[in-house]
Amino acid sequence: MNESSRDIVAGHGTFAAGILSALEQIAGRADRFIAVSNADLEPGAIEALLRDTIATHRSRVIFTDLSAGSCTIAARRIQRDQPDLVVVTGVALPTILSYACGGDLLKSVERGRTALTMVEGTRDS
Amino acid sequence: MTLEIFRIDDRLVHGQVVVGWGQPCSLGFLVLVDDEVARSEWEKELYRMGVPPEMEIVFESVEGAVARLAEYRADARAGMLLTGDIDTMTRLVAAAPDIHTVTVGGLHHKPGRVPRSRYVFLTPEEEARLLELAARGVTVVAQDVPQAAATPLAVMLRGEGPT
Repeated sequence: MNESSRDIVAGHGTFAAGILSALEQIAGRADRFIAVSNADLEPGAIEALLRDTIATHRSRVIFTDLSAGSCTIAARRIQRDQPDLVVVTGVALPTILSYACGGDLLKSVERGRTALTMVEGTRDS
Repeated sequence: MTLEIFRIDDRLVHGQVVVGWGQPCSLGFLVLVDDEVARSEWEKELYRMGVPPEMEIVFESVEGAVARLAEYRADARAGMLLTGDIDTMTRLVAAAPDIHTVTVGGLHHKPGRVPRSRYVFLTPEEEARLLELAARGVTVVAQDVPQAAATPLAVMLRGEGPT
């Protein structure tokens, strides 16, 4: 992550703001990202908002919540003419946290994958 | 099961469609009807990427959808047909009059549109097109997700739909 640029977290509703709120509480690094919501926006407006945010903050990476989401679709459209842009989909806090704290992007994605676990309780017999 | 839902949604393939409807309704296939998308391999690949492996997506022009509608209706799986705008759905209904219900799933804010519900914004021309559909005998409702109640067109146009 370039210290003078800000990457983007984008998704449904207040997903991005929530992720950044949690990131700030844990690591105090929410200022390295910009939150974008697709709420009430038609596809062209989502793409325009992302393009404007990328240009303003020199963003290199867009993290999105769902691979089928409208933010992901818009980000993929932008990649067509900005091939250096990286889009990471299906993101949750562990990936963003690792990346914000200086982690390599690929390793951060892997950390996000491995952080997803299901823990079942044990019953006393 | 068959092609059960005819949905107008300017976002086409997105979370509400693939997950919100896809999982509880066990959708096995989507028919995306859009003349422009149907002509572009790049656009098709973009939308394919958002669809889970257990769900098939096919792309049709309006003409192609009309020609193969009976085939889709005969499919044993549950399916949803999607258009990105009212005009495309109107053309489809005009050529395939056995479409009885159309669901407005999402038409978001654009210049010239006014809010009719939380997720439906319409221009006066778009309102007229929906009323034309209703006048043909098509039941037009607004419903973004399956858990929400379907709002009748008249209620939606009075701005009394979900906020």
